[in-house]
Amino acid sequence: MDSKIPVENLFSIEPVLSSSSRRSISTHSKASSGNSIREVNFSDLGSKPVRYGSHGAESETYSMSQKEINDEDARLVQINDPVKTNERFEFAGNSIRTGKYSILTFLPRNLFEQFHRVAYIYFLVIAVLNQLPQLAVFGRGASIMPLAIVLLVTAVKDAYEDYRRHRSDTIENNRLASVLVNDHFQQKKWKNIQTINLDGESNLKTRYAKQETVLKITEKEKIAGLIKCEKPNRNIYGFQANMEIDGKRVSLGPSNIILRGCELKNTAWAVGVAVYAGRETKVMLNSSGAPSKRSRLETHMNSEIIFLSLFLIALCTVVSVCAAVWLRRHRDELDYLPFYRRKDFSEAEEENYNYYGWGLEIFFTFLMSVIVFQIMIPISLYISMELVRVGQAYFMIRDTQMYDESSDSRFQCRALNINEDLGQIKYVFSDKTGTLTENKMEFQCASIWGVDYSGGKATSQDQEDGYFVEVDGKVLRPKMKVKTDPELLQIAKNGKETKDGCHVHDFFLALAACNTIVPLILDTPDPIVKLIDYQGESPDEQALVYAAASYGFMLIERTSGHVVIDIQGVRQRFNVLGLHEFDSDRKRMSVILGFPDQSVKVFVKGADTSMFSVMDRSMNINVKRITEAHLYSYSSLGLRTLVVGMRELSTSEFDDWHSAFEAASTALMGRASLLRKVASNIENNLCILGASGIEDKLQQGVPEAIESLRTAGIKVWVLTGDKQETAISIGYSSKLLTSKMTQIIINSNSMESCRKSLEDAIIMSKKLTTISGNINNTGGTLGTVLTPVALIIDGTSLVYILDSELEERLFQLACNCSVVLCCRVAPLQKAGIVSLVKKRTVDMTLAIGDGANDVSMIQMADVGVGISGQEGRQAVMASDFAMGQFRFLVTLLLVHGHWNYQRMGYMILYNFYRNAVFVLVLFWYVLFTCFTLTTAITEWSSVLYSVIYTSVPTIVVGILDKDLNRRTLLKYPQLYGAGHRQECYNKRLFWITMIDTFWQSAVAFFIPLLAYWGGTIDASSIGDLWTLAVVILVNLHLAMDVIRWNWITHVAIWGSIIATFICVIIIDAIPTLVGYWAIFEIVKTGKFWLCLLAIIVAALIPRFVVKVLYQLYTPCDVQIAREAEKFRTLSESAAVEIEMNPILDPPRR
Amino acid sequence: MDTNGATTSSAAGGGSTSTSDSSLLSKKNSKKPQYSRFTQQELPACKPILTPGLVITTFTIIGIIFIPIGLVSLSASEHVVEIVDRYDEGCVPPNYSNDKLAYIQSSRTNKSCTRTLSVPKLMKSPVFIYYELDNFYQNHRRYVKSRSDKQLRSKAYERETKNCDPQAVSLDAPIVPCGLIAWSLFNDTYGFFVKSKMLEVNKKNIAWDSDKEHKFGSDVYPKNFQTGGLIGGAKLNSTTPLSEQEDLIVWMRTAALPTFRKLYGRIEEDLQANEQITVVIQNHYNTYSFGGKKKLVLSTTSWIGGKNDFIGIAYITVGGLCLFLAVNFILLYVIKPRALGDPSYLSWNRSPAGNPN
Repeated sequence: MDSKIPVENLFSIEPVLSSSSRRSISTHSKASSGNSIREVNFSDLGSKPVRYGSHGAESETYSMSQKEINDEDARLVQINDPVKTNERFEFAGNSIRTGKYSILTFLPRNLFEQFHRVAYIYFLVIAVLNQLPQLAVFGRGASIMPLAIVLLVTAVKDAYEDYRRHRSDTIENNRLASVLVNDHFQQKKWKNIQTINLDGESNLKTRYAKQETVLKITEKEKIAGLIKCEKPNRNIYGFQANMEIDGKRVSLGPSNIILRGCELKNTAWAVGVAVYAGRETKVMLNSSGAPSKRSRLETHMNSEIIFLSLFLIALCTVVSVCAAVWLRRHRDELDYLPFYRRKDFSEAEEENYNYYGWGLEIFFTFLMSVIVFQIMIPISLYISMELVRVGQAYFMIRDTQMYDESSDSRFQCRALNINEDLGQIKYVFSDKTGTLTENKMEFQCASIWGVDYSGGKATSQDQEDGYFVEVDGKVLRPKMKVKTDPELLQIAKNGKETKDGCHVHDFFLALAACNTIVPLILDTPDPIVKLIDYQGESPDEQALVYAAASYGFMLIERTSGHVVIDIQGVRQRFNVLGLHEFDSDRKRMSVILGFPDQSVKVFVKGADTSMFSVMDRSMNINVKRITEAHLYSYSSLGLRTLVVGMRELSTSEFDDWHSAFEAASTALMGRASLLRKVASNIENNLCILGASGIEDKLQQGVPEAIESLRTAGIKVWVLTGDKQETAISIGYSSKLLTSKMTQIIINSNSMESCRKSLEDAIIMSKKLTTISGNINNTGGTLGTVLTPVALIIDGTSLVYILDSELEERLFQLACNCSVVLCCRVAPLQKAGIVSLVKKRTVDMTLAIGDGANDVSMIQMADVGVGISGQEGRQAVMASDFAMGQFRFLVTLLLVHGHWNYQRMGYMILYNFYRNAVFVLVLFWYVLFTCFTLTTAITEWSSVLYSVIYTSVPTIVVGILDKDLNRRTLLKYPQLYGAGHRQECYNKRLFWITMIDTFWQSAVAFFIPLLAYWGGTIDASSIGDLWTLAVVILVNLHLAMDVIRWNWITHVAIWGSIIATFICVIIIDAIPTLVGYWAIFEIVKTGKFWLCLLAIIVAALIPRFVVKVLYQLYTPCDVQIAREAEKFRTLSESAAVEIEMNPILDPPRR
Repeated sequence: MDTNGATTSSAAGGGSTSTSDSSLLSKKNSKKPQYSRFTQQELPACKPILTPGLVITTFTIIGIIFIPIGLVSLSASEHVVEIVDRYDEGCVPPNYSNDKLAYIQSSRTNKSCTRTLSVPKLMKSPVFIYYELDNFYQNHRRYVKSRSDKQLRSKAYERETKNCDPQAVSLDAPIVPCGLIAWSLFNDTYGFFVKSKMLEVNKKNIAWDSDKEHKFGSDVYPKNFQTGGLIGGAKLNSTTPLSEQEDLIVWMRTAALPTFRKLYGRIEEDLQANEQITVVIQNHYNTYSFGGKKKLVLSTTSWIGGKNDFIGIAYITVGGLCLFLAVNFILLYVIKPRALGDPSYLSWNRSPAGNPN
C-alpha cells in the first residue's frame, strides 16, 4: 500500500508481473500473499469518521449493523458503512499493545503479577509477620529489604522487557498506510505494519480477489456490502466467510485473506476490507508465549526444598521447645531476672510487661525463629536461577556455532526454564523432512508411461545455461537449473509427434500446471536476461515446476483464472477452471484446465497409494506394474515420489462438476468436506501418466550429528511421514542405520498380527542381546551391550499399538533397539510415540521438527526444538528452542546442555549449602541466648548476606563456569553421560553437601565461641567475626569448586569478600547502631585474624580431602577429560587414536 | 517479534541488542552474532587441577604454618598470669547462707567482704581487673533490645525511649539512660591492698574511645535513674555526662555469651610473685536470684588477649592433621599412583576386565 490510488479504483488489484512481461490480463486480479496491509479482505473501503481518537479508529469503522440469524459465532462487517455500526459490538482497534504496562499501571500491575509466585508470597508473609510488635525480630527496614530487593530486581527485568515491547509497538503503530476515507485515500498513521512471517514460510502464497469484486473497478459508486466471517481465532491456515455484494453471495476462504504481517509481492497495491484488527489479528492471537515447563532438575530440587522446609521446622521446634523448658524452669524468677524483668513497676499497678503467658510465648518464639531462619529455604535461589538462565540463554543465542548462514537465523531460546534439561536428554525424536533433510527438493528422475528416465547424470553441457525462452527480445530463464536427462529432453523437444512424445508432453504439462506455484520475474544485472523464480508453498511443487521448465514447459504466469505456459517456445494459455487443493486425506491435488481447443482435462498428482486407487482399471496393467517398480526403486534411493495422472472431461461431466463445485465453494458450513467430495468425484478413472522422483538432500552434517548423539548415549528415533523405503534409505545415508544392524520390520494390518510380530521381535532382539551379551561376558559385566538392532515400524501398525496394551511391548522392544524408525506416521501418532516413551521412563525426551505436523510431538516432549526452516513457523512457535539446522543439536546438547546442567546442578547445591551454613550459625548462637532468637550478626548483615555478600559469585559461576571446553565435549560425546547419570545433582550429593554444611557451620561458630569463652568480647564484635568468617568461608568454598577462573570470576569472588568488609565497616560506622565501631576494635586484635584463618582452614579441610580422594581415585569421566585437557594437549594425536575405536563401537548403555 | 511473555522476549532481547551492535560494527544487516571471546565463552582462564603435588604441598604448607602459630599462641597464653576468685558464695555471711536473697536485698546488712588473693607469678603492669559474671544472659533478646542508642547519644533525643520498657519512664519523665541494660548496671566495687597499702585502681580509659566520643553524648546527663520501685544496680552521678561514665559504657557493650568478663580497671604497678593481695569487696550486685556466679579476675595480657589455650591447641591440631594428611597423600601417591588425564581411564575405554564404573 505504498501508492496513492485514484479514488475510483476500489476493488481491483493491479497485476504486476514486472513491466517487461506485463500483458494485459484484464479481469482477474491477483494479490499474492499480502503485504503490509492489515488483515485485509478485499476492498479497503472507506475508513470512516474517527470515533475513538486516533486509536484504532480505522478498524472500528466496519462492524455490524444488523443482526443475522444463527450468527452468534459470526462477525459481520459492513463494507463502507461504519456510521451506523458499532451499535452493539466494539471490535478491537488496530493499534496493538504487546506491552503489559504503562507508566501509570506499572507499579500496581507488576506487583500483582509478581505476587502470583509462591516465592514472593513467602517473603511477603515473613515480612508481614515481622511487622507484628511481638515478633519484630528485625527492624522495619531490614525486614522489608529482602522482599524489596527481590521485587526491585524482577521489576527492573520486567520493565526492561516491557520497554522493548513498547518500543516495537511504537514503531509498529506509527507506520503509514493509505486509507480510503470517503472515497479518497489519505495517508494515515497506520497502526499496523510489521513484517513478520507468521508462518515463517518465505515462499509465496497466492491470494486472490474474488472476481465479483473486480468488476467494481469501473463503477464509481460507493460500494456497500456485508461480510460475514468467523470470530477471530488462531488458525492461520483457515478462514471462512462469505460476502454479500450486489445481492450476490460470494464465498471467501483462506486464499482470499491477507494476514497481518504479510508482505505484498507481485503487485503494488491491493484494496481490501479490514475484518480483524489489532489484537484480534491472527498474528497477535498466535503470539502467546512459549509453554511454560519446569525442568527436571528443578523438580528434583523442589523435593529437596521440602526437606529443607522440614529441617527449618525442626530447627524452629528445637528452639521453641528449649525456650519452653527454660521459661518453665525459671518461671518464678522471671519477674526480677535482670535480663528478663517480666514485671513492669513503672505503672501504679504492677503488670506483666510484654509477656503473654507461657503458651503464647512459645508460639511467638516459634514464629520468630521462622523469621530468623527464613533463608533456610533458599527462595532467592529461584531468582538466581532465573538470572542464570537468562545468562545461559544469552550465550546460547550468541553462539556463532549455532548460527545458520543460509537462513540468517540465530539460535532462539523461547523457554527459559529448561536450559539444564538439555544436559540430560536420553531420547531424541526427530522428524525427517526438513529436519534431517534440507527440504530443498531437487527433481531427479521420472518414469513416464512405463519408461524410466533417470540418466540425469549424463552431460547436459551442450546447453549449459539450461532452458530459456525469448520474449520480446528478452531472455527468460529459470532461476534454478535442473539436471536433465538428454533422452527425455530430446523426446520433449520433438513435441507430440510420437506416442512417447505425447505422453511426455502431457506429463510435463501436468507438472507445470497442476500446482499452486507463482512465477516471479527477477531482474538480473544483464538487462536482457530475466530470471524466473518459482515461489510456492510446497518445495516438491517447486522442484517439479523447475524440472518442467528445464524440459521446455515453462510456467510463465499464473492467476486464479488462467496459466500461461511456454511449451517449447510457444506460449499457450490455459484457463484454470477449477483447482482442488491438496489435503492430507486425499493426498492428491487436481487442476481442471480448459485448453485453447476447448477441450477440458483434469490433471491430478499425488501420493502413489492414493493415485493408484483412483486410476482407470482398464488401463494398461503393464504400465502400472512397471511404474510401481520404478516407484519402488526411486524410493529405495531415498527419493520422494509423486504420481501424475490425467483425464479428459466431457462437457456434461464438466458441467456437473462445475455446479457442484460452485455450490460447495460458497457453502459456509462444512465447506471443506463438501469440496473434498466434489474433488473425489472428479478424480477418478485417471490415466496414469507417470511418476517423478525428487531428492530431498540431507542437511549438512546430519550423519556426523547423529553419530555424535548416539555415541553420547542418546537414542535417536526418526518419525517420518515418508514411505518405508524412503525412510530406510535416508536412515542409511544419515548413518542412523548401519550395515551391522539387524533390522526388525513391523508392518501389520491387524491387532493380532501386530501382537505376533511384536512378540517375535522381542524374542529376536533378546536373542541378539544374549548373544552379544555372551561375547561381552567373556570380558565382564557389560552384559547389556547390544548388537545393534533397528526397529522399523509403520504408521498402520502403530494405529493398533498406540493406546492399547501393546504399547508396553513396543516399549520393551524399542528399549532393546538402538534405532527406531517410524514411517508413514500421522502427526498425532508422533505425539503418541513420544508420550509412550515419556510415560514409561524417567529419561528426558526431546522432539525436533520443523513443520506443523511436528507441533504435537514438540509439545509432548520434555524439550521441544523447532527447526526454523522451509516449512513454516508453527513448529518454532510451539518449541522451547529453535535453530536453523539439525546439526546444531549436537552443540546444543553436548556442549551447552552439558554446561548448563553442570552449572545449574552445582549452583543449586551450593545455594542450599550457602543458606544453610548461615542459618546454622544463627541457630548455634540461639542456643546460647536462652533460646530467644538474638543474633550476634547484625540484622543488616543477615539481610545483605544473600543479597550482596554471596549472591553475585554464584550467579557468575552459574553463567560462566565451564567444566570442559567445547572441543573436548565434542570430541568425546560420551561425556554427555554425566547428565544421564545425574552426576551433578542427586540425592547423595545433596546429603554429602548437608553433612558438610553442618560441619562448616559448627567450625565457623564454635571456634570463635571457644576462643572467646569467658572473655570480654561483646556481641557485635563476635557477630562481625562470624559474619566475615561465614562469608569468606562460603566464597572460598565456591572458589575451591570453580573450574575455570577468568577475570570475571576473580572479580566476583574476591569482590564479594571485599564488598562484605566494606558493608560491615559501613554498618559499624553508624553510631546509632549497637555495634558501633566494633569491627575497628576487633581487627586490631591478633585473635580475630587467627580465628578467621583457623575457621577457613578447618572448615574446608574435610571437603578438600574428600574431593581430592574422589578425584584422584574414583575419577569421573569429566574429571579425566579435564585433566587430559590440561596436561595432554601436546599428545593429543595419540589420544585421538585411542578414541577412534570406541566411537565406532556400539554405544554403551 | 515481540509479544507478551518473557519467554519470547529474552530471545528477542539478544536480538535487539545485537541489531544495534551490528549496525554500529558492521554494515551487513546479518543476524550473525558478533564474535568475541566473551560471547563464545572463551575468555582466557586458569584451570587449576588438584594434582597430587599440589595437594601435598598445600597440606604441608598449612601444617608448617599452623603448628608454629599454635605454639606461639600457646606460649603467649601460658605467659598470661591470671587470678580468679569467685566471691558470690564466700561473701555471704554464714547466717544468711540459706537465704542469700534476703541478705543481698536487705539494706541493713553489711555488704563489705574481704578476700585474700595470692599472686602466683610476677604480674607485670598493667594488671587488668575484671569482674566475671556467669549465667547472666546479657544476650537475652528482651535485654539487648532494651536500650535507646539515640537517647544515649544526644540530649535532643531524651524522649526516645520506645524500646526501653519496662524502664522507660519514671513518673512520666523519661529515664536517662533508659532500658534494662542500664538499669542492671553492675555495682560491686573492689578495693585492693598489698601489705595494708592500697593499690591504686585506674578506672580511666576502660571503655572504647569510639564509644566515649561518639556513642555516649557529653551533653547527656543521667536523669530519673534508679528512682523506680525496683533498683536494678548501680546509681549514676547525675552531674557527670554519660560519655564519662565508663563503667556504664563498658556495661552497655553487651556481652556475646552468658559467661563474660568486663573490665573494671587497671592496676598500674607490678605485682610480685607470692604477694598476698587483700581485696575489699562491696558486694551489692544481686546474682543470687538466678544463681549467677560472680568472680573477680586479675590478669595480665598478651597479644592474644587473656588466658585461653584454645587457639593454640586448635592451630596445633589442625596443623598436625594437615601434616598427617600430607604424609598419607604421599604414601597413597607412591603406592597407588594414577596418571592424570590418561584417556584409558575413561569409563568407555576401560577394558571390561578392569574396573567397571
